[in-house]
Amino acid sequence: MHGVSLPFSFACGVRSSSIRASPRSFLWPTPNERRKVRCALITAQFELKRPPYPLDSLEPHMSRKTVEHHWGRHHRSHVDGLNAQIAGTQLEEMELEDVVIASYNKGSPLPPFVHAAQVWNHDFFWQSMKPGGGGKPSGKLMELIERDFGSFERMLKEFREAASAQFGSGWAWLAYKANRLDVGNAVNPCPSEKDNKLVIAKTPNAVNPLVWDYSPLLAIDVWEHAYYLDYENRRADYVSIFIEKLVSWDIVSSRLDIAMARAAERAREDERRRQEDDVEITNSEAVEMYVDSDNNSESE
Amino acid sequence: MALRAIAGKKTLTLGLGFGPRGAVAASCPGLGLRLRHVRGLVTFSLPDLPYDYGALEPAISGEIMQLHHQKHHQTYITNYNKALEQLEEAMAKGDSSKVVHLQSAIKFNGGGHINHSIFWQNLKPANEGGGEPPHGSLGWAIDTDYGSVEALVQKMNAEGAALQGSGWVWLALDKEMKKLKVETTANQDPLVTKGANLVPLLGIDVWEHAYYLQYKNVRPDYLKNVWKVMNWKYASEVYEKEVA
Repeated sequence: MHGVSLPFSFACGVRSSSIRASPRSFLWPTPNERRKVRCALITAQFELKRPPYPLDSLEPHMSRKTVEHHWGRHHRSHVDGLNAQIAGTQLEEMELEDVVIASYNKGSPLPPFVHAAQVWNHDFFWQSMKPGGGGKPSGKLMELIERDFGSFERMLKEFREAASAQFGSGWAWLAYKANRLDVGNAVNPCPSEKDNKLVIAKTPNAVNPLVWDYSPLLAIDVWEHAYYLDYENRRADYVSIFIEKLVSWDIVSSRLDIAMARAAERAREDERRRQEDDVEITNSEAVEMYVDSDNNSESE
Repeated sequence: MALRAIAGKKTLTLGLGFGPRGAVAASCPGLGLRLRHVRGLVTFSLPDLPYDYGALEPAISGEIMQLHHQKHHQTYITNYNKALEQLEEAMAKGDSSKVVHLQSAIKFNGGGHINHSIFWQNLKPANEGGGEPPHGSLGWAIDTDYGSVEALVQKMNAEGAALQGSGWVWLALDKEMKKLKVETTANQDPLVTKGANLVPLLGIDVWEHAYYLQYKNVRPDYLKNVWKVMNWKYASEVYEKEVA
């Protein structure tokens, strides 16, 4: 991969000498290998998940024809493409989110990224909608929307603008941002709930905010195939109808709950680590700082 | 070179109209024209197609051609004009932030206008010579650089199909090296963004709006069929002018 360093060894395409070959290829499998054989027989492949509603139930806002094409052709081809690309590689044993982040490769995406991300994005998209959707959020979600955007209407305005201004293909998102720097010693000295907030984001093509360590809450697909059959070039109309008639704010709320719980857990972990570091420093205080390394290692 | 063809008044039957600027010009036409000349801002309007919307069928449906021309291209032009006006204001005020901020809108909408203006000339009804392979110097150059027209077409189709998201696939002439190249550009980036010496001979729009209503997600079928209405004569003319 042109000198890109990866945290694990990884190869595109099917490795013919992979352990996932026929079980007859080894005679005395160890317990671990036996487990892998069982997995191979079950096939750890990603599936095309159905939307949680009948394909025609989003009409008239999103036609059955659109959903059938979008899910049955576009989404399906990404699933098939992903399975083909990761077969025989370590990515095959990972959860989809992990495949997305690993193949994003910190900004130099590897070949499986497009398919992995688009599978994740489309699963997320179908679940973001429901028949009879729309309306307004409530509870904690509404509270945070009003805190971070001023009002529900202003959040929607930003969302619409992001969806329209995404030149070419891509996605617009509402996300919960509670990210940490990906650096070993990055500890927030004054952590507060205010570090975590709702943001609107837009991404090109297959990219999604998971790669920025955000927690996505809501997505709209603004690739032309998502709306062309129903709205032709009128993307703004599609976005409005999505907001008014299709969004499942229940799902968005439950995603927010999960995201906030995850952020709280991370904050606790950070705090625990900070306290451990403090303890270590306290313990080694008795040792002079400029003694040679032998003494330092003894004190630990 | 193709750009000069667009900007000049004597292109095939297309013209880039220098349109009046909206309400001001409409209510006081004389004033609008004078203002425009004094300030020197040129605005653009939608060029006519040299064929009917349905004339490229069955390769490209009339429905697509109409939407593509009247809605998509028109929108690029409208937004391009708007961005240019805002740019002019910002430049006059010395508002550097705004000048820089407008660049992406200009690149996107201006690029959309440039690219589509070329595209309409790249296409020709089959009964008017569309799809006829190139003869003369362009034909020889293709045979030299790619082996055959078929090989070139295959390469362009492969690159067009592999393009992620939205963009264009081009047959380009590097006018310095006098060599043909196949290039792709993302979104509405014009060919020059891939090299200042690149002249577009043929461009194929692979945005979904260019084919979705007819071919759905099967972009390769669109790419296969679009060659049946390809205007190689235009490409040859551009090529011959550049290498002369």
